Amino acid sequence: MLKSIVNATVLFILIACTAYLAFHYAPVEKSMGIIQKIFYVHISCAFSAFVAFGICFYANLRYVFTRQPKADWLGVSAAEVGLAFISVVLVTGPIWAHPVWGIWWTWDARLTLTFVLGLLYVSYLLLRTMIEEPDKRALFSALFGIFAFLDVPLVYFSIRWWRTQHPQPVILGGPGSGLEPRMRVSYLLMWGALTGLLILLLTARYRLEALRASVEELRREAEVR
Amino acid sequence: MKNLDSVLAAYLAGWAIFFVYYVSVAHRMSALREEVERLKGLLNKGK
Repeated sequence: MLKSIVNATVLFILIACTAYLAFHYAPVEKSMGIIQKIFYVHISCAFSAFVAFGICFYANLRYVFTRQPKADWLGVSAAEVGLAFISVVLVTGPIWAHPVWGIWWTWDARLTLTFVLGLLYVSYLLLRTMIEEPDKRALFSALFGIFAFLDVPLVYFSIRWWRTQHPQPVILGGPGSGLEPRMRVSYLLMWGALTGLLILLLTARYRLEALRASVEELRREAEVR
Repeated sequence: MKNLDSVLAAYLAGWAIFFVYYVSVAHRMSALREEVERLKGLLNKGK
């Protein structure tokens, strides 16, 4: 418990420091001005969400092939944490869009596919609440999780494949793209701090799932007696 | 500074989502720990 509090405090300080760097070390972008500072949290959360959904995909595949409960625990934990990160993306995006585009939201490919990604993982978690039997619940949700992950590459490549309202990529976007060096440092540090947060949340959520499995086992034992 | 309120709103909303999620995990964890203790007590009584 004490270890978790220390970890969370260290991480909080680290995130606060990276936010300070994003505001004071990274220069103000010329065309958008101060509103571009949302970039650091918006993009870092998007990449962290992809990492979480990638872990979920790996765990789902592993469950399908090995039927180990631990793979199921990791799958649901990563899905829930990924959903928290993608929620931040879906909230910060419109706040950034409104002053720049003049609209909060538009149904273009990138935005729509990101919204669908959120809905797919909400459905994944809802599906789990509808099935009582643990093995069946784990298998069905693993299969659905594998299907849900197909949207991740679609979200990532949507701005390359289709003409969208969303800007073209500045990270790994090929010739002509890229960040000013101080912006890059601030972005990478923010992403590093948020990856730390991802690990903290994932570990806590995984422990919760392990505890839930113990409760289910104890309940079964109590019912038998 | 123009749009500073939007930037602050975005950062606050982001941290609020993570904070609420962390609290929700901690709350569920504490409820499950209590349930484990209750069930263990129940099973020990039955022995």
